[in-house]
Amino acid sequence: MTLSAHKLEVANLQVGGADFLVVDNVSFTIGQGESFGIAGESGSGKSTLLLSLMGMMRPGLKAIGGSVRLNGSSILGQSDAALVFVRGGKIALIPQNPATAFNPSLRIGAQIAEALLLHSALHQQARAKRVFDLLEMVLLPEPAVTAGRFPHELSGGQLQRAAIAMALAGEPEVLLLDEPTTGLDVTTQAALLDLLVDLRHRAKVSMVCVSHDLGVLARLCDRIAVMYAGAVIEEGPLVSVLARPGHPYTQALLSSIPRLASAGLPSPIEGSPPSLFDLPSGCCFAPRCALVQDACHDQRPDLKLADKDHKIACLRTLIATAPVVDHSDTIFTKAAPIIAVQSLSVGFAKQGFFVRKAPKSVVDAVSFTLAKGEVLGLVGESGSGKSTILRAIAGLAVPTTGQITLMSQNSAENLAARGTDRRLSQLRSIQLIFQNPDASLNPRHRIIDLIAQPLLLYGRVPRSQIRAMAANLLAEVRLGEATLDLMPAQLSGGERQRVAIARAFAAKPDVLLCDEITTSLDVSVQAAVLALIRDLARKHDVAAIFVSHDLAVVRSIADRIAVLHNGRVVEINDAQELCARPVDPYTKSLIGFVLEIPA
Amino acid sequence: MAAVLLERIGLALVTMVIIAVVVFFALDLMPGDACSVTLGRGASDSMLAACHARLGLDQPPLWRFITWAGDFLRGDLGISMQRERPIAEIVGWRLRNTLILAGVTSVIGIPLALGLGVLAGLNPEGPLDMAISGVAIFAMTVPEFISGTLMILVFSVILGWAAGVVTIGYKAPAFELVKASILPAATLIFILAAHILRMVRASVVEVMQSDFVQMARLKGASRRRVIWHHVVPNALLPAISIIGLTMAWLLGGVVIVESVFNFPGLGRLAVDAVADQDLPLVQAIALLFGLIYVLTNLGADLVALILNPRLRTRRQ
Repeated sequence: MTLSAHKLEVANLQVGGADFLVVDNVSFTIGQGESFGIAGESGSGKSTLLLSLMGMMRPGLKAIGGSVRLNGSSILGQSDAALVFVRGGKIALIPQNPATAFNPSLRIGAQIAEALLLHSALHQQARAKRVFDLLEMVLLPEPAVTAGRFPHELSGGQLQRAAIAMALAGEPEVLLLDEPTTGLDVTTQAALLDLLVDLRHRAKVSMVCVSHDLGVLARLCDRIAVMYAGAVIEEGPLVSVLARPGHPYTQALLSSIPRLASAGLPSPIEGSPPSLFDLPSGCCFAPRCALVQDACHDQRPDLKLADKDHKIACLRTLIATAPVVDHSDTIFTKAAPIIAVQSLSVGFAKQGFFVRKAPKSVVDAVSFTLAKGEVLGLVGESGSGKSTILRAIAGLAVPTTGQITLMSQNSAENLAARGTDRRLSQLRSIQLIFQNPDASLNPRHRIIDLIAQPLLLYGRVPRSQIRAMAANLLAEVRLGEATLDLMPAQLSGGERQRVAIARAFAAKPDVLLCDEITTSLDVSVQAAVLALIRDLARKHDVAAIFVSHDLAVVRSIADRIAVLHNGRVVEINDAQELCARPVDPYTKSLIGFVLEIPA
Repeated sequence: MAAVLLERIGLALVTMVIIAVVVFFALDLMPGDACSVTLGRGASDSMLAACHARLGLDQPPLWRFITWAGDFLRGDLGISMQRERPIAEIVGWRLRNTLILAGVTSVIGIPLALGLGVLAGLNPEGPLDMAISGVAIFAMTVPEFISGTLMILVFSVILGWAAGVVTIGYKAPAFELVKASILPAATLIFILAAHILRMVRASVVEVMQSDFVQMARLKGASRRRVIWHHVVPNALLPAISIIGLTMAWLLGGVVIVESVFNFPGLGRLAVDAVADQDLPLVQAIALLFGLIYVLTNLGADLVALILNPRLRTRRQ
């Protein structure tokens, strides 16, 4: 026996018959307490895969290659007799169809007790007691009555629960679930999923869950694989796969799910899965794929790492080059752009002790343009690279590739990577407002000094006019002239952020970069600041990029919104349109179309 | 449960009444009656009338049916014209003999058939299954007068193990009859086992492929446990009805086998009665066969009802 950190290891598993494969080269590992989901339509080989994890082959099928190891010891190739202690004891199955999985001529209690007889040392009375406990655990009413019933006397949902009780009887370390909640009403389904989740966290049971219902998988699993025609075509962390599906099949599968939140019919996947006896030589999904290319028919793509821990078997490395279609149609779309960002990538090299590790991309091939007077919202979770984009535009972060072009009156200037290499007029054009005014305002300077700096630097304003101009700027941000002589610490947070805004406008910028500027403010103050930015941008014809993690905030101020995920723009659209009809699944999840079990 | 039971018994009773009506009136519709057959063609009208009056044949048919059925219920089957003895006595002995033959046949044949069927079904398409199923198909296709004759040829003429033809009378002691019934029983087992084992084999194959057997294996049950706890009880349920049918066939007089071996059972009596045109006897035997058929099937139904929870309990 080899020592292994993994509970269950599946490597290059191939299951099939004489001249066909039902499971084609599937590999995955599961640690203790982990839960792995396998999604796919019927006929994708997921149930066969599940059975082979217990060394069980349907008639006519056999393991052709690869291995299945439970706690390091091989399952495949073992005789039924050798697996007697493993099956039901170490690894148990909750079957797909409980109506046929129970022996019709034995009482439910006897069948659960049989599992106890086989895998526990309990004597007869203790077994009977344990059967009641198990039935109670799976929320079956009147355990004593239920135990005395025959399978045909229970409803489908009750049988499903009894099947779960039977699987749990042997206290397995790995639980295999084959469509565990089909045929259950929604409340029972929710309760049972809770039970399974609890079991996973408390008893550290590992799970492999097969389902066509991505909602169930979303509830139970941390990682999922999508199977098509016997092969895994996409695998990764649950959120990553559901929010940023890379394979066209996964994308199609996700958009074929009807959702409460969106009206209209879900989109079907045209065509049907290929016959296992006649698989195409190229990508199996190619005949149904909307994005098919010639090369897809030539070779079967391997599962390749496309993103952090996220593997996709598609010739087009979709996540990297996913074309972002800008659907927006606002007045700004046709207006002259003031700034254009092209394929901007920013990476930070990790400095190791001896080796310089390959730079990790924080911003990856981001492109967009901004028209005069337009407010572009940049939204994404922390770590999505939104602040880095702003810093790159401002010249504070050095891009690894890409170009930022500033279009002034009649010339287009490519901006230098470093702010220090940029000309003064270029620096003036682009002003950055930081998230936290406490940190961005020098606490030892009076407000007037703070505002005077850009006026002196960019405007060459005579000293005599400074006070009047500063007072004007303060008036624009609704602050009185008296504020001028105060220190930042004497102002409230909202007032300080107003000062920061006034200072940015003092430079008479063309582009204003706002980095989470309302995050540290109260909601009422936030509303005022938002209105202020919007008004000032309009009034001075200043374009703004407004960064926030809060889509609602961005929606309220932006004309257009770009959604960032893992450093890439996944969707850009007119703000209203994007919120009303999000196209990208990640956008949908941000808006609240999260994959949830309807309850 | 009780409702189902009453329903089955009620249906059986109705069937019996219908059988009695059909048997009685079918023979009544035939040209000639007991008197004309017994007295022959030379009988004068006055003789016939006297005979009719004696046997009650001058009564209206419905009345005759009622008295006949009533007598039958009291155990009075009437009197055989040719044999000039109470039919109950003749039929009683013959029935005992047939029961002995059926008993020997089924006590050996049914367990043998079930065992072989399970054995074949557990290894479908294997050499054992090929052998068992091959012999079974042969047994089903060969008519019993040929297999019976072959039995006599092999075991009596060539090997000399048993008498080829039963020579003892119908009133012989039961023990003698058991001995005498060995060769005919072997012939019957040959056919009966073939039917039952084919049925059981198919049933076992089906159950072996069922989800619940797979589930039992996945629970970690040993092969032996899977077979005895999950496969056999479920596979034998459908065999019950065919066992019932087979019993009916055995008790209903295995005419050909009894004739081949000259076994003094009901089947041979029926053939003789028809040949002798002994109408009251034919009537009695026909009704008896019908009743046996209904009763054995009722018995099979009830056994199935007891053993099969899906029939026994209704869905809640």
